[in-house]
Amino acid sequence: MNILLQPWPWYVAGPLIGLMIPLLLLAGNKAFGISSTLRHICAACIPTKAPFFTYNWKAESWNLIFALGMILGGFIAGYLLKNPNPIELSESAVADMNKLGIKNYSGLIPSDIFNFHALLTLRGFILMVVGGFLIGFGTRYAGGCTSGHAIMGLSNLQFPSLIATCCFFAGGLIMTWFVLPYIMNL
Amino acid sequence: MKNLKFLLIGTLFGIILIKAEVISWFRIQEMFRFQSFHMYGIIGSAIVVGMISLLVIKKYNIKTFSGEEIKIAPKEFTKGNIFGGLMFGLGWAMTGACPGPLYALIGSGLPIVIVVLLSAVFGTYMYGVLKDKLPH
Repeated sequence: MNILLQPWPWYVAGPLIGLMIPLLLLAGNKAFGISSTLRHICAACIPTKAPFFTYNWKAESWNLIFALGMILGGFIAGYLLKNPNPIELSESAVADMNKLGIKNYSGLIPSDIFNFHALLTLRGFILMVVGGFLIGFGTRYAGGCTSGHAIMGLSNLQFPSLIATCCFFAGGLIMTWFVLPYIMNL
Repeated sequence: MKNLKFLLIGTLFGIILIKAEVISWFRIQEMFRFQSFHMYGIIGSAIVVGMISLLVIKKYNIKTFSGEEIKIAPKEFTKGNIFGGLMFGLGWAMTGACPGPLYALIGSGLPIVIVVLLSAVFGTYMYGVLKDKLPH
Protein backbone atom coordinates (compact mmCIF):
# COMPACT_ATOMS: atom_id res chain seq x y z
CA MET A 1 0.00 0.00 0.00
CA ASN A 2 2.87 2.31 0.83
CA ILE A 3 4.16 2.00 -2.72
CA LEU A 4 0.80 3.14 -4.04
CA LEU A 5 0.71 6.18 -1.75
CA GLN A 6 4.21 7.33 -2.63
CA PRO A 7 4.74 9.22 -5.88
CA TRP A 8 5.50 6.80 -8.71
CA PRO A 9 8.98 7.09 -10.22
CA TRP A 10 9.36 7.99 -13.90
CA TYR A 11 10.38 4.45 -14.93
CA VAL A 12 7.07 3.11 -13.64
CA ALA A 13 4.76 5.93 -14.72
CA GLY A 14 6.30 6.53 -18.18
CA PRO A 15 5.95 2.95 -19.46
CA LEU A 16 2.41 2.76 -18.01
CA ILE A 17 1.47 5.89 -19.96
CA GLY A 18 3.02 4.33 -23.08
CA LEU A 19 0.84 1.25 -22.58
CA MET A 20 -2.25 3.44 -22.95
CA ILE A 21 -1.55 3.38 -26.70
CA PRO A 22 -1.91 -0.39 -27.30
CA LEU A 23 -4.63 -0.62 -24.65
CA LEU A 24 -6.88 1.87 -26.46
CA LEU A 25 -6.10 0.35 -29.86
CA LEU A 26 -6.90 -3.18 -28.69
CA ALA A 27 -9.96 -2.09 -26.73
CA GLY A 28 -11.62 -0.34 -29.64
CA ASN A 29 -9.25 0.88 -32.35
CA LYS A 30 -8.96 4.27 -30.68
CA ALA A 31 -5.98 6.58 -31.08
CA PHE A 32 -4.66 7.89 -27.79
CA GLY A 33 -5.48 11.58 -27.42
CA ILE A 34 -7.31 13.91 -25.07
CA SER A 35 -7.60 17.32 -26.64
CA SER A 36 -10.36 16.29 -29.06
CA THR A 37 -12.62 16.10 -26.01
CA LEU A 38 -12.56 19.91 -25.93
CA ARG A 39 -13.96 19.95 -29.44
CA HIS A 40 -16.61 17.36 -28.58
CA ILE A 41 -17.66 19.45 -25.57
CA CYS A 42 -18.11 22.44 -27.89
CA ALA A 43 -20.08 20.38 -30.39
CA ALA A 44 -22.27 18.93 -27.64
CA CYS A 45 -22.85 22.02 -25.51
CA ILE A 46 -22.53 25.19 -27.57
CA PRO A 47 -25.28 25.98 -30.08
CA THR A 48 -23.30 26.95 -33.17
CA LYS A 49 -23.48 26.65 -36.92
CA ALA A 50 -19.70 26.66 -37.37
CA PRO A 51 -18.94 23.65 -39.61
CA PHE A 52 -16.06 22.66 -37.32
CA PHE A 53 -18.59 21.76 -34.63
CA THR A 54 -21.41 20.30 -36.69
CA TYR A 55 -20.46 16.65 -36.79
CA ASN A 56 -21.72 13.59 -35.04
CA TRP A 57 -19.89 14.03 -31.74
CA LYS A 58 -21.82 11.12 -30.26
CA ALA A 59 -19.78 8.80 -32.48
CA GLU A 60 -16.74 10.02 -30.51
CA SER A 61 -18.37 9.67 -27.13
CA TRP A 62 -15.73 7.12 -26.06
CA ASN A 63 -13.32 10.05 -25.82
CA LEU A 64 -15.61 11.94 -23.42
CA ILE A 65 -16.13 8.79 -21.35
CA PHE A 66 -12.34 8.41 -21.27
CA ALA A 67 -12.06 12.00 -19.95
CA LEU A 68 -14.75 11.23 -17.36
CA GLY A 69 -12.62 8.28 -16.28
CA MET A 70 -9.67 10.64 -15.89
CA ILE A 71 -11.69 12.79 -13.49
CA LEU A 72 -12.56 9.65 -11.56
CA GLY A 73 -8.92 8.53 -11.61
CA GLY A 74 -7.89 11.97 -10.37
CA PHE A 75 -10.35 11.55 -7.50
CA ILE A 76 -9.01 8.10 -6.57
CA ALA A 77 -5.38 9.24 -6.72
CA GLY A 78 -6.09 12.58 -5.08
CA TYR A 79 -8.12 11.26 -2.14
CA LEU A 80 -7.58 7.53 -1.64
CA LEU A 81 -3.96 7.28 -2.84
CA LYS A 82 -2.97 10.76 -1.75
CA ASN A 83 0.72 11.37 -1.17
CA PRO A 84 0.84 12.98 2.28
CA ASN A 85 4.15 14.75 1.56
CA PRO A 86 4.91 17.74 -0.66
CA ILE A 87 6.40 17.00 -4.09
CA GLU A 88 10.15 16.39 -3.89
CA LEU A 89 11.34 19.10 -6.21
CA SER A 90 14.98 19.80 -6.99
CA GLU A 91 16.53 22.51 -4.82
CA SER A 92 17.40 24.65 -7.80
CA ALA A 93 13.79 24.57 -9.02
CA VAL A 94 12.52 25.63 -5.60
CA ALA A 95 15.09 28.44 -5.48
CA ASP A 96 13.91 29.71 -8.88
CA MET A 97 10.24 29.46 -7.97
CA ASN A 98 10.89 31.26 -4.67
CA LYS A 99 12.22 34.11 -6.78
CA LEU A 100 8.97 34.08 -8.74
CA GLY A 101 7.13 34.60 -5.46
CA ILE A 102 5.84 31.06 -4.86
CA LYS A 103 5.52 30.32 -1.15
CA ASN A 104 3.25 27.33 -0.81
CA TYR A 105 4.63 24.03 -2.14
CA SER A 106 2.23 21.74 -0.30
CA GLY A 107 -0.16 20.70 -3.10
CA LEU A 108 0.08 19.58 -6.72
CA ILE A 109 -0.26 23.15 -7.97
CA PRO A 110 0.78 26.41 -6.28
CA SER A 111 -2.24 27.63 -4.34
CA ASP A 112 -0.60 31.09 -4.24
CA ILE A 113 -1.42 31.51 -7.93
CA PHE A 114 -4.31 29.16 -8.61
CA ASN A 115 -7.28 30.08 -6.44
CA PHE A 116 -10.64 31.77 -6.92
CA HIS A 117 -9.50 35.05 -5.33
CA ALA A 118 -6.52 35.25 -7.69
CA LEU A 119 -8.92 34.96 -10.61
CA LEU A 120 -9.88 38.59 -9.99
CA THR A 121 -6.27 39.77 -10.18
CA LEU A 122 -4.53 40.52 -13.48
CA ARG A 123 -1.86 37.90 -12.78
CA GLY A 124 -4.34 35.18 -11.90
CA PHE A 125 -6.58 36.03 -14.84
CA ILE A 126 -3.69 35.85 -17.29
CA LEU A 127 -2.31 32.58 -15.91
CA MET A 128 -5.62 30.72 -15.59
CA VAL A 129 -7.96 32.22 -18.19
CA VAL A 130 -5.53 33.35 -20.90
CA GLY A 131 -3.37 30.26 -20.26
CA GLY A 132 -6.38 27.98 -20.58
CA PHE A 133 -7.47 29.74 -23.76
CA LEU A 134 -4.01 29.27 -25.31
CA ILE A 135 -4.11 25.56 -24.47
CA GLY A 136 -7.52 25.08 -26.06
CA PHE A 137 -6.88 27.22 -29.13
CA GLY A 138 -3.33 26.00 -29.63
CA THR A 139 -4.01 22.30 -29.26
CA ARG A 140 -6.75 22.27 -31.89
CA TYR A 141 -4.76 24.52 -34.23
CA ALA A 142 -1.78 22.18 -33.80
CA GLY A 143 -3.97 19.11 -34.29
CA GLY A 144 -3.26 17.49 -30.93
CA CYS A 145 -1.79 17.88 -27.47
CA THR A 146 0.95 16.25 -25.45
CA SER A 147 -0.81 12.89 -25.61
CA GLY A 148 -1.94 12.98 -29.25
CA HIS A 149 1.24 14.47 -30.71
CA ALA A 150 4.13 14.00 -28.25
CA ILE A 151 3.25 10.48 -27.12
CA MET A 152 0.94 8.91 -29.74
CA GLY A 153 2.32 10.81 -32.74
CA LEU A 154 6.00 10.35 -31.92
CA SER A 155 5.43 6.67 -31.10
CA ASN A 156 3.91 6.33 -34.55
CA LEU A 157 6.86 8.20 -36.14
CA GLN A 158 4.71 11.05 -37.42
CA PHE A 159 6.76 13.98 -38.70
CA PRO A 160 4.02 16.60 -38.02
CA SER A 161 3.97 15.42 -34.41
CA LEU A 162 7.72 15.99 -34.13
CA ILE A 163 7.27 19.56 -35.37
CA ALA A 164 4.33 20.13 -33.02
CA THR A 165 6.17 18.66 -30.03
CA CYS A 166 9.21 20.86 -30.68
CA CYS A 167 6.91 23.87 -30.86
CA PHE A 168 5.10 22.87 -27.64
CA PHE A 169 8.47 22.84 -25.99
CA ALA A 170 9.68 26.06 -27.60
CA GLY A 171 6.51 27.84 -26.46
CA GLY A 172 6.99 26.50 -22.93
CA LEU A 173 10.61 27.66 -22.82
CA ILE A 174 9.72 31.15 -24.10
CA MET A 175 6.99 31.45 -21.46
CA THR A 176 9.10 30.09 -18.59
CA TRP A 177 12.28 32.01 -19.28
CA PHE A 178 11.13 35.28 -20.84
CA VAL A 179 7.47 35.98 -20.07
CA LEU A 180 6.52 34.29 -16.80
CA PRO A 181 8.82 36.48 -14.63
CA TYR A 182 6.91 39.55 -15.86
CA ILE A 183 3.49 37.96 -15.36
CA MET A 184 4.45 36.88 -11.84
CA ASN A 185 5.41 40.48 -10.99
CA LEU A 186 1.98 41.86 -11.93
CA MET B 1 -22.09 -0.23 -22.04
CA LYS B 2 -19.45 -0.77 -24.71
CA ASN B 3 -17.89 2.47 -23.48
CA LEU B 4 -17.38 1.15 -19.97
CA LYS B 5 -13.90 -0.10 -20.86
CA PHE B 6 -12.90 3.43 -21.84
CA LEU B 7 -14.10 4.67 -18.47
CA LEU B 8 -11.80 2.13 -16.83
CA ILE B 9 -8.81 2.94 -19.03
CA GLY B 10 -9.40 6.66 -18.44
CA THR B 11 -9.54 6.06 -14.69
CA LEU B 12 -6.24 4.23 -14.84
CA PHE B 13 -4.71 7.05 -16.87
CA GLY B 14 -5.99 9.67 -14.42
CA ILE B 15 -4.45 7.77 -11.49
CA ILE B 16 -1.10 7.49 -13.30
CA LEU B 17 -1.02 11.21 -14.14
CA ILE B 18 -1.60 12.23 -10.53
CA LYS B 19 0.73 9.62 -8.99
CA ALA B 20 3.50 10.53 -11.45
CA GLU B 21 3.01 14.24 -10.62
CA VAL B 22 3.12 15.14 -14.32
CA ILE B 23 0.04 17.27 -13.72
CA SER B 24 1.94 19.49 -11.31
CA TRP B 25 2.70 23.10 -12.21
CA PHE B 26 5.86 22.68 -10.12
CA ARG B 27 7.02 19.68 -12.16
CA ILE B 28 6.34 21.47 -15.44
CA GLN B 29 8.37 24.46 -14.26
CA GLU B 30 11.18 22.11 -13.24
CA MET B 31 11.06 20.54 -16.71
CA PHE B 32 11.20 23.83 -18.62
CA ARG B 33 14.09 24.92 -16.38
CA PHE B 34 15.98 21.65 -17.03
CA GLN B 35 16.25 21.02 -13.29
CA SER B 36 14.99 17.47 -13.09
CA PHE B 37 15.01 14.37 -15.25
CA HIS B 38 11.57 13.29 -14.00
CA MET B 39 9.38 14.66 -16.82
CA TYR B 40 11.88 13.78 -19.54
CA GLY B 41 12.10 10.24 -18.20
CA ILE B 42 8.33 9.89 -18.23
CA ILE B 43 7.70 11.32 -21.69
CA GLY B 44 10.74 9.50 -23.15
CA SER B 45 9.91 6.09 -21.70
CA ALA B 46 6.22 6.49 -22.65
CA ILE B 47 7.25 7.10 -26.26
CA VAL B 48 9.64 4.12 -26.28
CA VAL B 49 6.97 1.79 -24.89
CA GLY B 50 4.37 3.22 -27.30
CA MET B 51 6.73 2.80 -30.24
CA ILE B 52 7.55 -0.82 -29.39
CA SER B 53 3.84 -1.57 -28.90
CA LEU B 54 2.99 -0.16 -32.31
CA LEU B 55 5.85 -2.08 -33.96
CA VAL B 56 4.61 -5.33 -32.41
CA ILE B 57 1.01 -4.59 -33.41
CA LYS B 58 2.06 -3.89 -37.01
CA LYS B 59 4.57 -6.71 -37.34
CA TYR B 60 2.24 -9.42 -36.05
CA ASN B 61 -0.86 -7.77 -37.50
CA ILE B 62 -2.56 -7.90 -34.11
CA LYS B 63 -6.31 -7.28 -34.17
CA THR B 64 -8.53 -5.50 -31.65
CA PHE B 65 -10.24 -7.60 -28.96
CA SER B 66 -13.32 -7.69 -31.19
CA GLY B 67 -11.25 -8.83 -34.19
CA GLU B 68 -11.02 -5.60 -36.18
CA GLU B 69 -7.95 -4.59 -38.16
CA ILE B 70 -6.06 -1.90 -36.24
CA LYS B 71 -5.91 1.38 -38.12
CA ILE B 72 -4.19 4.61 -37.11
CA ALA B 73 -4.84 7.74 -39.12
CA PRO B 74 -1.60 9.51 -40.06
CA LYS B 75 -1.10 13.09 -38.85
CA GLU B 76 -1.07 15.68 -41.62
CA PHE B 77 1.41 18.52 -41.62
CA THR B 78 -0.05 22.03 -41.47
CA LYS B 79 1.39 25.37 -40.41
CA GLY B 80 -0.88 24.94 -37.41
CA ASN B 81 1.58 22.38 -36.05
CA ILE B 82 3.94 25.34 -35.65
CA PHE B 83 1.69 28.28 -34.72
CA GLY B 84 -0.74 26.23 -32.68
CA GLY B 85 2.12 24.29 -31.13
CA LEU B 86 3.78 27.49 -29.93
CA MET B 87 0.50 28.79 -28.49
CA PHE B 88 -0.09 25.48 -26.73
CA GLY B 89 3.43 25.58 -25.28
CA LEU B 90 2.89 29.07 -23.86
CA GLY B 91 -0.33 27.91 -22.22
CA TRP B 92 1.29 24.72 -20.95
CA ALA B 93 3.96 26.68 -19.06
CA MET B 94 1.39 29.19 -17.73
CA THR B 95 -1.14 26.72 -16.36
CA GLY B 96 1.27 23.83 -15.80
CA ALA B 97 -1.26 21.54 -17.45
CA CYS B 98 -2.28 20.18 -20.81
CA PRO B 99 -5.79 18.85 -21.57
CA GLY B 100 -5.44 15.42 -19.90
CA PRO B 101 -4.08 16.78 -16.64
CA LEU B 102 -6.90 19.33 -16.46
CA TYR B 103 -9.43 16.51 -16.05
CA ALA B 104 -7.30 14.63 -13.53
CA LEU B 105 -6.62 17.78 -11.49
CA ILE B 106 -10.33 18.60 -11.28
CA GLY B 107 -11.00 15.10 -10.00
CA SER B 108 -8.20 15.34 -7.46
CA GLY B 109 -10.14 18.05 -5.65
CA LEU B 110 -9.07 21.30 -7.31
CA PRO B 111 -12.27 23.01 -8.53
CA ILE B 112 -10.28 26.10 -9.58
CA VAL B 113 -8.98 24.05 -12.53
CA ILE B 114 -12.56 23.97 -13.91
CA VAL B 115 -11.94 27.62 -14.82
CA VAL B 116 -8.88 26.65 -16.87
CA LEU B 117 -10.80 23.83 -18.56
CA LEU B 118 -13.73 26.10 -19.47
CA SER B 119 -11.28 28.61 -20.86
CA ALA B 120 -9.63 25.85 -22.91
CA VAL B 121 -13.06 24.82 -24.25
CA PHE B 122 -13.66 28.45 -25.20
CA GLY B 123 -10.24 28.55 -26.88
CA THR B 124 -11.12 25.48 -28.94
CA TYR B 125 -14.45 27.10 -29.80
CA MET B 126 -12.72 30.27 -31.03
CA TYR B 127 -10.37 28.16 -33.13
CA GLY B 128 -13.36 26.44 -34.72
CA VAL B 129 -14.95 29.81 -35.52
CA LEU B 130 -11.76 31.40 -36.89
CA LYS B 131 -10.38 28.26 -38.55
CA ASP B 132 -10.82 29.37 -42.18
CA LYS B 133 -9.12 32.71 -41.54
CA LEU B 134 -5.97 31.15 -40.03
CA PRO B 135 -2.92 30.02 -42.01
CA HIS B 136 -2.79 26.23 -42.32
